[in-house]
Amino acid sequence: MDLGEYLPRLGDGLVVSLQLTVISVLLGYAVGLLFALGVSSANPWLRWPSVTLVEIGRGIPALVVLYIVYYGLPSAGLLFDSFPAAAIGLTFTAAAYSSETIRAGIRSVPAGQREAAAALGLGRATTFRRVVLPQGLRSAIPALMGLAVQSFQTTSLAYSISVNELMGQAYQAGAVTFRYLEVYAITGLLYAAIAVPATWLSVYAERRLSHGYL
Amino acid sequence: MPASLTAVLLGLPLTLVVTAAAFALGAVGGIPLMLGLRSRFTPVRLLVRLAVDLLRGVPTIVWLFLLYFGLAVGDVRLNSLGAAILGLGLVASAYLAEIYRGGFAVVPKGQTEAAQALGLSRTTTFVRLLAPQALRTVLPTVTTFLLMLLKDSSLASTVGVLEMTAQATAFSRQNVSTAGLTPFFVAAGVYIAISVPLAIAARVLDARLSGSH
Repeated sequence: MDLGEYLPRLGDGLVVSLQLTVISVLLGYAVGLLFALGVSSANPWLRWPSVTLVEIGRGIPALVVLYIVYYGLPSAGLLFDSFPAAAIGLTFTAAAYSSETIRAGIRSVPAGQREAAAALGLGRATTFRRVVLPQGLRSAIPALMGLAVQSFQTTSLAYSISVNELMGQAYQAGAVTFRYLEVYAITGLLYAAIAVPATWLSVYAERRLSHGYL
Repeated sequence: MPASLTAVLLGLPLTLVVTAAAFALGAVGGIPLMLGLRSRFTPVRLLVRLAVDLLRGVPTIVWLFLLYFGLAVGDVRLNSLGAAILGLGLVASAYLAEIYRGGFAVVPKGQTEAAQALGLSRTTTFVRLLAPQALRTVLPTVTTFLLMLLKDSSLASTVGVLEMTAQATAFSRQNVSTAGLTPFFVAAGVYIAISVPLAIAARVLDARLSGSH
């Protein structure tokens, strides 16, 4: 079997990896924001469930999260195909990690901003939505970019629940051609070709944003 | 529950072995890489930077597969455990090199200048003055990384190391009708149960070190 035949499949796999990344990052950060609000909430009925979910998401391996969704949830009557199962598992992991990043960003907004908003007569909700949240999210941007790169790399675990993403395609190509070294080297370089420049971009963003507002 | 706990705990020693060995490999291997990242010679610095970025840019699981399936010298091949430890250790050395570098970057320049003024050699300055201060700064980050590594040791299951995640999967497959979610939640619980005392120990160590300052 010729290795060349399998190269386009690696490309197809990369597209699936990127789809998983986009879904898990967009949904994950949205849920992460909700978790962050829940963890900072004064209401214990919101706070404790949020803290528990975040700590579970950060405390257990992403691989175990994927197994729980794919192999475990069917026993609770929830059956998912591989792709949705991977999307759900990776979204949950991304949400748990991003919530702490977003929370740190929100906490980094100086108290004077709230005081100034209060002095101007803005309501609590308006202050949070229009003053605190935009500044908090802004300072969380570099860390969130870093997490997005991590999320992209974590999609490689989806092969273990038989999603045909890049790693899954590489596994099949390797099993058929027996040319593991070449297949995995190419696969690794494909991941790195996206992850390394993306990391540089997040470092650049960090430098730019650390200059402050004006 | 008791049956799945027994099954999962069978994998605990290998989880700990993989984590500890990869961490040791990374903690030691990170030192030369960190020195390379700080090198005065631009070609060395760029080359090591490329190596570190490549080690971190390729997902760990790809490194494991590359080492386990791809690396064969004649008939000699790494076994599962060897490939898992080497792969996780290599990636760890890149992450730790970056963490160490960050620690040295925050030591004030005045320290180096003062040492120079006192006539200390470059080596003495580095080993006796900069390294202890940098070590203290990076300790919390290194701990966080160790906890990440504990979770990443679950990847060893993909190349056939029978650690906790592999044991949980196997138990779940053997008892499809009865086990269900339980073994995975048990494994999850054990990961968290190891992380918490580690995190507390690190906090105590950190408090003691910064107290002595």
